[in-house]
Amino acid sequence: MSIVVAYSPDRFGQAALEHAAGLARKDRTRLVVVNATLGNSLVDDRFAHDADIAALQEELSAEGLEVVVRHDVVDDVADAVVAAADEEKAELIVVGIRHRTPVGKLLLGSVAQRIILDAHCPVLAVKPA
Amino acid sequence: MDLLLDGFQTALTPENLLFALIGVLLGTAVGVLPGIGPAMALALLLPVTYSVGVDSAIIMFAGIYYGGMYGGSTTSILLNTPGESSSVITAIEGNKMAKSGRAAQALATAAIGSFVAGTIGTVLLWILVPRVADVVVTLGAPSYFAVMVLAFFAVTMVLGSSKLRGFISLFLGLAIALVGTSTGQARLTFGNAQLADGIDVVVVAVGIFAIGEALWVAAHLRRKPLEIIPVGQPWMSRADWKRSWKPWLRGTAFGFPFGALPAGGAEVPTFLSYATEQKLSKHPEEFGKGAIEGVAGPEAANNASAAGTLLPLLTLGLPTTATASIMLVAVQSYGIQPGPQLLDSEPKLVWGLLASLVIANALLLVINLPMAPLWARLLQIPRPQLYAGILFFATLGAYTANFAAFDLLLLVVLGLLGLAMRRFGLPVLPLIVGVILGPAMELQLTQALQISQGDVSTLWSEPVAVVVYAVMGLMLLAMAVGVVRGKKSPVPATTEDAEELVNR
Repeated sequence: MSIVVAYSPDRFGQAALEHAAGLARKDRTRLVVVNATLGNSLVDDRFAHDADIAALQEELSAEGLEVVVRHDVVDDVADAVVAAADEEKAELIVVGIRHRTPVGKLLLGSVAQRIILDAHCPVLAVKPA
Repeated sequence: MDLLLDGFQTALTPENLLFALIGVLLGTAVGVLPGIGPAMALALLLPVTYSVGVDSAIIMFAGIYYGGMYGGSTTSILLNTPGESSSVITAIEGNKMAKSGRAAQALATAAIGSFVAGTIGTVLLWILVPRVADVVVTLGAPSYFAVMVLAFFAVTMVLGSSKLRGFISLFLGLAIALVGTSTGQARLTFGNAQLADGIDVVVVAVGIFAIGEALWVAAHLRRKPLEIIPVGQPWMSRADWKRSWKPWLRGTAFGFPFGALPAGGAEVPTFLSYATEQKLSKHPEEFGKGAIEGVAGPEAANNASAAGTLLPLLTLGLPTTATASIMLVAVQSYGIQPGPQLLDSEPKLVWGLLASLVIANALLLVINLPMAPLWARLLQIPRPQLYAGILFFATLGAYTANFAAFDLLLLVVLGLLGLAMRRFGLPVLPLIVGVILGPAMELQLTQALQISQGDVSTLWSEPVAVVVYAVMGLMLLAMAVGVVRGKKSPVPATTEDAEELVNR
């Protein structure tokens, strides 16, 4: 069993990660951190730097958690999270959610919404404090 | 002096100020985005010339040209990805500075250095353009022919990593220029009536620059995003100023003459400036680890060379860079023939342009210094959307050239050629110079031979022509000696890196 968390290097991703790490600690399950990008723009704020991912992995492993990081260029971020959950036989997916206006959602879509609708396991939506 | 003041009068009209502003904004944007250079932007904007006055269009184009030189430094410093080839050297030291937390100082010295160099370069243009134009008017067709041969020779041999590739590209360009019936008999028309008028330069430029680049990017679409270094407001300390001002001036001294020579281009002077600063620096140990001199000098050099490029363009009608070639096409589309008579026949245009360059430079400093972090955000634009827009404007531009569907077919063919050239590392500049200067060179050759009634010796009957051929001979000799000694000159190595970096 494991917990999958959709991570991005901002406060939304941070909130999701903290919550997921807390659950993983309590249940002693594997934590799978997914940070993906479409890779079609030169710079993507929501794709963490390699150094940051390494630091994050080290920090969580130091607490004795079993951590797997999936840090990839993919065709679709939401699909990647759902696929990771399927492959890892996850019991839970944790996502950070942000407020989007209807127009913003129309233009940019919502990764969180896609994950919630497509996932084959329960999804926990977390908001930053 | 009166002429210059008149020029300011032209440049300061609200309409032209607006076009200068649009130009510098667009120029900075295309400079920031790797792969999209000022040459592509100008090619896409050529249809604008159908509806805008010639002074406004050329002021906007000059703004884009200068802006591209500013914008290129931003990506070099923050991403280690030069927006265009003349910023490659900036990336060496600039990115190291940024990584050690001095991104703000690197951006500041690049922007202020560009301003200083651009301003000095423009003032040099004010002084030199009338003087050179006076001399150039006395040249005959044989001298013109010689200078054009030199230009072909120089863009092919001096720049670029491989001379063979340069010549392949040049002859492709000359072959495209031959198509048509302008000389009376049909050449390379393959009996197709739609090729009888020749291939429109707009279609060639848009096909090679825009479609070729879009296809190239489409072939390399999904890439791991680059790690950008966050930056605040650019600023410099007193020590930074002290270390920057001499490299700015030396960079200008390298850049302007190289831009003005038919062998121009901005890559060589940036490299020379970097090497000089490395030698003269009081902190040689910092080079390779983020020395501010290594950003200040090359950035000044590339802007000064942009100014220098306008000297042969305005006096001889001779473009030495891809961007200048497209500016030439733009001027020609108004029925104005750039050349020695330009200053006499269109003083308002020339002086308006020269005055607007100072204004463009000041605008660029204002929009670049405080807004550098904002420009960096442009890099987040998803490429599919960006290139879809480029393809749209490319197709529109090619179609409006003649309103012929046949041109769209040509556009696709030339776009595939552009893709193949990028794939096999052929430089684009010799091709575009060949397409634009080919017919002009042929005209000068026929004129010279008509006047001499077919006597070929007329081609070396003028002193200027003899000097030009001698210079070419010396260049060939120097190259041959270099090959024999097996010594590889360092310049081609950098341009090779440049292509690799720019195409990344």
